[in-house]
Amino acid sequence: MKSTPEIHPQSPSGARQGGGHYSGLRLLIEGLRGQRGWSRAWTKAAPRPRYRVVIVGGGGHGLATAYYLTSQFGMADVAVIEKGPLGLGNVGRNTTLIRSNYFQPDNIRFYDYSLQLWERMERTLNFNTMVSQRGTLNLFHSEAQRDLFTRRANAMRVLGVDAEALTRDSVKRLVPLIDLDNGRFPVLGGFLQRRGGTVRHDAVAWGYARAASRAGVDIVEHCEVTGIRRAGQRVMGVETTRGFVAADIVCLAVAGHSSRLAAMVDLRLPIETHVLQAFVTESIKPILDLVVTYGAGHFYVSQSDKGGLVFGGGIDGYNSYGQRGSLYMAEEVAAAGVTVMPALARLRVLRQWGGVMDMSMDGSPIISKTPLQGLLLNGGWCYGGFKAIPAGGLCTAHLIAHGSPHPLAAHLDLNRFAAGRTVDERGIGPYPYAH
Amino acid sequence: MLRICCPWCGVRDEIEFRYRGDASLTRPSADAPLAAFTTYVYERPNDCNWHLEWWLHVSGCRKLLKVARHTLTHEIRAVTS
Repeated sequence: MKSTPEIHPQSPSGARQGGGHYSGLRLLIEGLRGQRGWSRAWTKAAPRPRYRVVIVGGGGHGLATAYYLTSQFGMADVAVIEKGPLGLGNVGRNTTLIRSNYFQPDNIRFYDYSLQLWERMERTLNFNTMVSQRGTLNLFHSEAQRDLFTRRANAMRVLGVDAEALTRDSVKRLVPLIDLDNGRFPVLGGFLQRRGGTVRHDAVAWGYARAASRAGVDIVEHCEVTGIRRAGQRVMGVETTRGFVAADIVCLAVAGHSSRLAAMVDLRLPIETHVLQAFVTESIKPILDLVVTYGAGHFYVSQSDKGGLVFGGGIDGYNSYGQRGSLYMAEEVAAAGVTVMPALARLRVLRQWGGVMDMSMDGSPIISKTPLQGLLLNGGWCYGGFKAIPAGGLCTAHLIAHGSPHPLAAHLDLNRFAAGRTVDERGIGPYPYAH
Repeated sequence: MLRICCPWCGVRDEIEFRYRGDASLTRPSADAPLAAFTTYVYERPNDCNWHLEWWLHVSGCRKLLKVARHTLTHEIRAVTS
């Protein structure tokens, strides 16, 4: 049984909350005043009967889309509808990594634009999202893998994106923790993207929510979409637990559950839902100042600002909506971690959790119109949605505002499957459990 | 951890099996229109419900099994060979 949420109506003057401008000076002043001058970062809106645009899903992509609609395209008649509180879906369940080390040119451009938006996010949003470009290191363990990574790094450099090859000795100097000579898969070297790193994920949701709310977007929490109303081939709005909300455009940004919402209008998507796990250890002193990925198994790791090592691996591998993981994958991830960094064996895992992913048929996301006029989809993010939030939001906002895809996301349309131009980074084929 | 009851080998842990995808799909006939193949290859119901799926008992009898499993609770209802 869900508790009835407290509703906070807008103040009679119509002024929206947002906590004023955040700055170091403000922090100092509020510190001296006993922190009593802060107000809510975003207005908790009740749904109005009609909007120009309704975005379903108050996660990273939904909130970013709303923000860019206001800031880039001048559209403020927008609502973001979220079934629970903000930021408790995948935007709060990921391992907070950002990078743009992809192989296909279209993907490199898209993800690197996202990285550029991350680089100026804090100034843009006036919110400390703790963007830390500490570097992302991908280890390789065989000559074939070295060649593959070289090819990818060259593809990136051709497009002006940073990528560096590191020798074994450089890897050792950079991360002394790595056991280069581990018995099974000795480390031959690594590739480093210095601009990659981590971001405080909750702050991304809060920062976009605050900026969108200040610009006039209604952020409606505790409002679950139960149906999508249509008239012929046109969308009319959404049925929710707080009544019908009419809209000219409905945009789904509910990765993990895209298929369930699409099924409300009898639409089948090229998506399966799978579980991905993540883990965090107890807090320890700083031992790791960049992101490391193991090349011979499912493992990648970074150290959070609180000191815990945040790590994860691959998807569990079978269709699931259960937001929890299987123990066999926990064991596999831990085994891979201890292989590459034996010191980790001394740590205790504090928490483990699972999130459900839209695993698309080619492993790439979907930002697209659908066969139903007025219904748009932002989904299919697989396990890589977090890093794509700024560019995903911007490109989705472009699609909403102009009715045509943003040039950076034109390759991510839904028609690519029927047209035979899938965007398959690793050439795996239409097997979501294998991506 | 899933426990799958293989009709040949008995109850075994999921690590003995390899997932092989949706078992409810039917391949269209060779003369079917292209759209039917697009649907078959790419589109999935992806329900939060009972799901019919293939599991290969790769570390056991190597038979391909058809398993009815719930995608939310992970409960397994039927395994047939």
